[in-house]
Amino acid sequence: MKRKKRIATVSLAGCFGCHMSLLDMDEHILELMELAEFDRSPLTDFKTFSRRCDIGVIEGGCCNEENVHTLQEFRKHCDVLVAVGQCAIMGGLPVMRNAIMHSEDPLRECLEEAYSSSAKVYNPNNQIPNDAALPLLLDKVYTCAEVVKIDYQIPGCPPTGEVLWATLAALIKGEPAPQEYHMIKYD
Amino acid sequence: MSTEFEFTVDGETVVAKPGQTIMDACDDAGVYIPRLCDVEGLVPQGSCRVCTVKVNGRTAAACTQPAEPGVVVENDTPQVQGYRRDLVRMLFHEGNHLCPICEASGRCELQAMAYRLGISQDSLYPYLQPVRPVDASHPDIALDTNRCILCGRCIRASRDVDGKNIFEYVGRGIHKRIGVNAENLAASDASIDDYAMSLEVCPVGCIIRKREGFFAPIGQRQFDNKPIGWEIEARHKNRIAVHQIDPSEEQS
Repeated sequence: MKRKKRIATVSLAGCFGCHMSLLDMDEHILELMELAEFDRSPLTDFKTFSRRCDIGVIEGGCCNEENVHTLQEFRKHCDVLVAVGQCAIMGGLPVMRNAIMHSEDPLRECLEEAYSSSAKVYNPNNQIPNDAALPLLLDKVYTCAEVVKIDYQIPGCPPTGEVLWATLAALIKGEPAPQEYHMIKYD
Repeated sequence: MSTEFEFTVDGETVVAKPGQTIMDACDDAGVYIPRLCDVEGLVPQGSCRVCTVKVNGRTAAACTQPAEPGVVVENDTPQVQGYRRDLVRMLFHEGNHLCPICEASGRCELQAMAYRLGISQDSLYPYLQPVRPVDASHPDIALDTNRCILCGRCIRASRDVDGKNIFEYVGRGIHKRIGVNAENLAASDASIDDYAMSLEVCPVGCIIRKREGFFAPIGQRQFDNKPIGWEIEARHKNRIAVHQIDPSEEQS
């Protein structure tokens, strides 16, 4: 019997919406389990790779150094990396902090808006979180392809469960991914 | 009145009237040529180049190129579609086109063009992520120039239809942008009733009609189910099925 393909998934600077969509493939998840098993993934709660994986599914771009390390580790341990969703592909919503109007220092502006200057914020110390345990934020949000080589992309925000199933199933079987009109969506 | 003449598009005979451009004749015949800066009712300016076709082996913008008897036009070929795909990709990379947060998503011609051209995989272009201004001064209209693709449709609509000259190009090269004929939009004589502010003029979500966003639910938006250009292809005498590009023939 041919061994099952091993899939690893991770959510970097994403909202877990793409993982939700992965679960949204409904009964196809049973077929997927026939073809593949999950290794490092929030679905299995494995925090590290137990073995080399065939497919790495990346949700979200890179907004801090931990994201970069995780992504590099995925590249090291996976044969094929699939960027899933607009955040992984072009930065998505987090990338909005790269271009803040009239701002010389968009990251500072973003943090000050979030933690001190906004009218609805209660923060008497006026402190921006900087504990050593927190991953260091990057100067800007990077897309996955800017950090490592990405082999495939599945666009969407999120891609529907149907599209994820069709694409992953094709990838596992070594067939070209079906791309009909209704399957390419950027929102 | 001189008589009609014929030329070929991808081997198919298309009838044109004198004075028509290649795009006009193809539209009448039900052959869709992708376009972004050209829209029915405005003078074509040939700036986006998405309507690039090969005329007797040389590239030309179909929206401004006059049709001539006997010319051989290549429209739906892998090479020409590849040019268009690269152009549309560069538009996506040049501005800040965040489809998930844009209220034009689903009725955006840029997005619909990318869907039609089958753009789903990565390209080698970097995202420029420019810092561009938002002008929300007007009570009924907002301008988010992050999404502007410099098609100039609002310029022509305001100048030729409304007679107001609210918009104009400012700057050159990569610094080119759309300028407003006043300190901001509120100080200009722009009105929500202008043709330039109507939904069909701005192909992207740059001109925003306030309090109207997300009026169509997902699944019922303009390009959710039918690709851009389907209404032109529906005029075709044989009603050919919409050709969708096979992503496997894409070379990036």
